Amino acid sequence: MQNPILEVRDLSVHYRGAPAPAVNKVSFTLGRERLGIVGESGSGKSTVGRALMRLLPTADITASRARFEDVDLLTASEREMLKVRGARMSMILQDPKFSLNPIRRCGDQVAEAYRTHVKCSRAVARAQAIAMLEAVQIRDADRVYALYPHEVSGGMGQRIMIAMMLLTNPDLVIADEPTSALDVTVRLQVLKILDDLVAERGIGLIMISHDLNLVRNFCDRVLIMYAGRVVETLKADELDLAQHPYTRGLIAAQPRIGGSRAPLPVLERDPAWLKETGL
Amino acid sequence: MAPIHRRQFGRFVEQAGSIFITLFGLLILTFVIGRIMPNDPVRAIVGEDATREVYENVYRQLGFDRPVWEQFLLYLRDVVQFDFGTAIRTGQPVLTDILHVLPATIELATFAILVGAGLGIPLGVAAAIKKDRWQDQLIRVFSLMGHSMPIFWTGMIGLLIFYAGLGWVGGSGRMSQFYIGLVPERTNFLLIDSALAGAWEVFWSALNHIVLPASLLGYSSAAYITRMTRSFMLDQINQEYVTTARVKGLSANQTVWRHAFGNIRVQLVTIVALAYGSLLEGAVLIETVFAWPGFGQYLTSNLLIGDMNAVMTCVLIVGVIFIALNLISDLLYRIFDPRTR
Amino acid sequence: MTEKTPYATRPAPDLEWLRSLRNIVLYLARTPTSAFGLLVLVVLVLAAVFCPLIATHDPYLQDLQNTLAPPGGAHYFGTDELGRDIFSRLLYGSRITLTIISLVTIVVGPIGLFVGTVAGYFGGRVDMVMMRLTDIFLSFPSLILSLAFVAALGPSLNNAIIAISLTAWPPIARLARAETMTIRKADYIAAARLQGASPARIIWRSVVPMCLPSVLIRLTLNMATVILTAAGLGFLGLGAQPPMPEWGAMIATGRRYMIDSWWLVTFPGLSILAVSLAFNLLGDGLRDALDPKQMNRR
Repeated sequence: MQNPILEVRDLSVHYRGAPAPAVNKVSFTLGRERLGIVGESGSGKSTVGRALMRLLPTADITASRARFEDVDLLTASEREMLKVRGARMSMILQDPKFSLNPIRRCGDQVAEAYRTHVKCSRAVARAQAIAMLEAVQIRDADRVYALYPHEVSGGMGQRIMIAMMLLTNPDLVIADEPTSALDVTVRLQVLKILDDLVAERGIGLIMISHDLNLVRNFCDRVLIMYAGRVVETLKADELDLAQHPYTRGLIAAQPRIGGSRAPLPVLERDPAWLKETGL
Repeated sequence: MAPIHRRQFGRFVEQAGSIFITLFGLLILTFVIGRIMPNDPVRAIVGEDATREVYENVYRQLGFDRPVWEQFLLYLRDVVQFDFGTAIRTGQPVLTDILHVLPATIELATFAILVGAGLGIPLGVAAAIKKDRWQDQLIRVFSLMGHSMPIFWTGMIGLLIFYAGLGWVGGSGRMSQFYIGLVPERTNFLLIDSALAGAWEVFWSALNHIVLPASLLGYSSAAYITRMTRSFMLDQINQEYVTTARVKGLSANQTVWRHAFGNIRVQLVTIVALAYGSLLEGAVLIETVFAWPGFGQYLTSNLLIGDMNAVMTCVLIVGVIFIALNLISDLLYRIFDPRTR
Repeated sequence: MTEKTPYATRPAPDLEWLRSLRNIVLYLARTPTSAFGLLVLVVLVLAAVFCPLIATHDPYLQDLQNTLAPPGGAHYFGTDELGRDIFSRLLYGSRITLTIISLVTIVVGPIGLFVGTVAGYFGGRVDMVMMRLTDIFLSFPSLILSLAFVAALGPSLNNAIIAISLTAWPPIARLARAETMTIRKADYIAAARLQGASPARIIWRSVVPMCLPSVLIRLTLNMATVILTAAGLGFLGLGAQPPMPEWGAMIATGRRYMIDSWWLVTFPGLSILAVSLAFNLLGDGLRDALDPKQMNRR
């Protein structure tokens, strides 16, 4: 791959006190593309995202290589990470109800993302934030700027979150279940906004999700994770060619409109999957 | 909007009712304690060698010949009229006495709570950030130490070291003997009175005298504030919005102070108000050590001569102050939190 | 229906009790701060039990030839204004401290349990009245209320203990009530009720044993406050009366000689500080040990 943004080899994350590592020897590279990471809850997919941001104080992170552009994520000091986080690499969290500070105005929180990395006056940051809020298709940006998080809807909250995380023009955005807390009706709309912005600005995107259908439609490639390991990597449009029994099980367990009305098959798990090393 | 108003009104009525009942309970309690004393209250007033006639007169005057419930009603009537009787020692109405000494204690307690909160809140936040590391342990021991010290003893040791030994601070009392009576009493808050009068020497003397007792008192209250701040902060640190702030590129310290701290402000106000109330307790002891002419000294000196009337009034007033502090913290809670506006 | 139905029987608590107690003690011993607390309390108990053996002098024996002697070989902590050995007095004083602690526990535990379980079990109006009563007691700082009680009853050690007990039960009652409310709905309580057991019997046999552990822990937590209040009363001359070697009272008499003879107030003060710090550290450790998040880590 030409000029990858992110290169990860043998990434393992071990929470202190836990019996087994949460992430076990995960490897992948990412260019200016959209990569999906799919797995059930507890498979370690969110941990991968937070490990890359180096936001896991209670875990030991090891890898034989973890490189983000010119930064070595393994050896970078906290001071260097502060310049990376939010400026060049950011993350969209799951539920705006919890991920926005309840006692600060939405707009101020967006503007803060800008002011953290760019020296500028309050007014400039405010103008930038409002422009960004408009970019995520918030019509009444001036009014929304002054609202508190409990005064906006979930879809609006998540758009504010996206605005906050894309405002600094990062090279890599990790979206951790960005739509699973939203109503089904606004999910596609929010995803579309995110997708357009990512495409338009040439941002590398890691989409973490448990929803295979969603990832299939919005990503170029998909990693399938099971119990902390990557069991298979596929192009999104070749998912049906999956080899691994777990992936096939996942696909078979997807409901389909107009499909058979027979009960969906139950995923069967094979302990042998845990013993396979790498891919 | 209407249902919200109705709910708020209902809450107000409920609160008012509960305050009323608690106040009534306070009165019963002080009344009962005032009656269970084994020593004779009449004797305390008339003295040992009064004639039988004088004794009977006072006995009837105090209403001891009537049934208990009638005595209680009389007590209630007096309280409603703010008539708490006369203090034996000063010969003045108890309420006048108390209003005269209370500012000294409030001045002391306010200074102390500034020290306590100024010490306890940053320490609690630091302990939360460094949870389970040596800094956390150190802060824990330091603050529990303040909570474990007998304040009257700490006061003496403090006087021994900082006054007698090093001469850094003033000794007993609110100011040097030399200045007493120089400043006109307007508010009875010495720091304010002396500043108003432009008597800066008196002001410095007063400041010099208040520093030690207030710091010790504040240190003793810091333990509670530290512990609560730490646990509130730990709750917040695990919230998602804190992760958001970190993702934005804020450092751990910036995140805590700019984001998490705002969310515990409301809870902090509540516990600082409660800590302020419990300072009154420490004030009783430390005022004795520092000869601080405040509420605590008034209470203990009347205790020792057995003037139950004055003592029970003091107790009642402390109870009322406690209730008021609870109310105030409840009110501040609503002002500070945008979600309750 | 017999008591043997799986949902209706309470799990035999005895063995589990012991095991969890051992776990807790082990946990505490591993944390340096709580280990210090445990150590001080062990020393306190040993001092109280063996003080006639350890003491170098009779704590009441006056020696007017040798007053205010500084600490040294003959008198480890010096002598007081009547020539009594301060070290020996401190040792005997530990008995008074232990007496206060145990008596307060014996009085406060049952009162708090009674009010709390009854209020929690019956609920409704009984609950309201009892909790209102608790609130009234809680609306005073404990020292002030104890002062009032002692003032009314007259100053003495026993009255100080009564006064402290009268002010220390409300938090216990609160706790017992909260526990009872959660237990009340359990199946084995319903089973006992169906069998026709009287409320008194249910409370005594089924509710109280379940509340006991948390109440005991809460009592430990409150002991530091009890000790400081008792010392404060002693200092004000409202607790133990001279010549009893109560630590707070010793500080009060030593105060007059403080400037020249620092040892008179220093050592009793340090003793109070050590014991109340021990209880505070222990309480803090217990809180951590019983925090479910911490338990999981083991």
